[in-house]
Amino acid sequence: MTGWRRVAGGTGCSADGHVPALRLSALRAGARHRAILVAGLCVAGVVGLAFTALLLGATSLPATRVVATLFGGGDPGEQLIVLGLRAPRIAAALLAGVGFAMAGATFQSLLHNPLASPDILGISGGASLGALVCLLVLGATGPLVALGAFAGAMGVAFVIWAVAWNRGLHGIRFVLVGVGVAYLCGALVGWLIASANVRVALSAFQWTVGSVADVRGDSLGLLTVGTAVCAGWVLVRSRMLRPLVLGDDRARSLGVRVNAARGELLGAAVLLVALATSVTGPISFIALCAPAIARRLVGHGSAAVGTAGVIGAALTLAADVAGQFAIPGLVAPVGIVTGILGAPYVLWLLARTDRRGPQ
Amino acid sequence: MTDNRLVAEEISVSYNSTRILHDVSVAFPPGRITAILGPNGCGKSTLLRAVARLHPLDAGRVMCGDTDMSTLSRRACARLIGVLPQSAIVPDGVRVADLVARGRYPHQGWFGRDSSDDDAVVLSALTATGMVELAHRPVDELSGGQRQRAWVAMVLAQDTDILLLDEPTTSLDIAHQIDLLDVLAARNRERGASVIMVLHELALAARYADHLLVMHGGRIIAAGAPHEVLTVDTVRRAFGLESCIIADPVTETPMVVPVSTLH
Repeated sequence: MTGWRRVAGGTGCSADGHVPALRLSALRAGARHRAILVAGLCVAGVVGLAFTALLLGATSLPATRVVATLFGGGDPGEQLIVLGLRAPRIAAALLAGVGFAMAGATFQSLLHNPLASPDILGISGGASLGALVCLLVLGATGPLVALGAFAGAMGVAFVIWAVAWNRGLHGIRFVLVGVGVAYLCGALVGWLIASANVRVALSAFQWTVGSVADVRGDSLGLLTVGTAVCAGWVLVRSRMLRPLVLGDDRARSLGVRVNAARGELLGAAVLLVALATSVTGPISFIALCAPAIARRLVGHGSAAVGTAGVIGAALTLAADVAGQFAIPGLVAPVGIVTGILGAPYVLWLLARTDRRGPQ
Repeated sequence: MTDNRLVAEEISVSYNSTRILHDVSVAFPPGRITAILGPNGCGKSTLLRAVARLHPLDAGRVMCGDTDMSTLSRRACARLIGVLPQSAIVPDGVRVADLVARGRYPHQGWFGRDSSDDDAVVLSALTATGMVELAHRPVDELSGGQRQRAWVAMVLAQDTDILLLDEPTTSLDIAHQIDLLDVLAARNRERGASVIMVLHELALAARYADHLLVMHGGRIIAAGAPHEVLTVDTVRRAFGLESCIIADPVTETPMVVPVSTLH
């Protein structure tokens, strides 16, 4: 194991006039090309998937008509179907997917825990609770419910923060407090639904599973702008993850204001989740799975925040399409499909963690 | 060349309201190697962490040249002082070259990417630590000694005139210890960098350091050149150990030979 002793003797290869055949730029370019390739393939996948989703529906439209309608043609009927019904739903699935996945990647990387995603930590649960309080207790409807969901997610994040804070924010404390808060939210949501009358409880259902079926207009605009701003922010600032993942001491000695940096990134991630959940309801497991898949594809210990966003978009849209068309005559909201597909993934992750320690 | 006179002035530090350091004042000789010695729990790591701004001060201040360190941003601080703390997390899959390149972080801006200047510094850090051939390997697959060298290379890539290292040789075998200390000594000789480190191995400290600080109970009880400091009396006061001091057969520096009741 002391192989490097020979090399070290002269404190470096240059002492013997031997120029090391190492081109760091090439090494780095290799990693970057891989990341770009992965992201490019995922974007291509998303585009293909989105186009397929535009073609699918109760009314069958030929591809040529769909393309014509997209570029401003088409009759009013086609415009309603393509631009009024299908496109907003697809856009909502993609945007929510990006938000959940990038938030998940940020959480997992900052908290050094592949299970630390906003849905496991109760932030999505807080959104459900906030929406249901508005709907069932205050009797509000429409945008106020979305506002309630947003406030619920932010409120839960603040509670976790306040309880977990102990002269700094420590990963495992944050995770444990979050899991506790998630159970609390789940219990309160169950209680609210159980004590509501049947008709109202049914409309409250969307806020517990997540659906992109009825997202349009103002809420879609808000989701678009909000996600673009927050995602861009997270993407630029995710550079701070490079020192932060090495641990607090190393990050500090590399010049990072650790608590401020962590607060900023977690805050932006919570905003992403709050925005997405306030529009679609909690879509489970995207925040958990997409980052893990992205990290595997990109490799080299990268947090892969951007790639996670693209994969999250693809997964959410695929799940929504599957929920509508996979089983004829049976329509499931996207949150149910991601739950069914995500649960086996968590079991696999837990089984693997048991053998090797968390990845 | 920045001013690399590092001075702690009457600093006091506590952990969970227990006072660990009591009004410690110390000037670290610039451009020299200083080793901090002492028994477990004497506060030597705490002193290093306090000087490195990894632990808040209750009282006193740390000066670098004419600048109070607490007035500097963390980034500015990281360009003056490179620190190798004890605790670390190695994320899976990160390659040696990538880890070492993270040492350039304090020199890069908001959108900073590794430039060719950064590459030159990283390459020289890899060369100095003999890690060039392992640059493409994931850090988590390296042996303990290789991994420690990768961390040292990261700190060297930070390109600072002052290096603080908290027990850099602990858990390394004797050959790896010598190699690591050689790397640091070379950095000191070639760059004039001040090296300040906590060490457990008294003979190696006497051999490599120009200046020794011996601590006991949160205070410095002896400071000076190795042959002045390492005496039977100091070893007794610091460690409560009877010893003989002989000359290191290789370097003539003092070597502490413990005397126990069994021998």
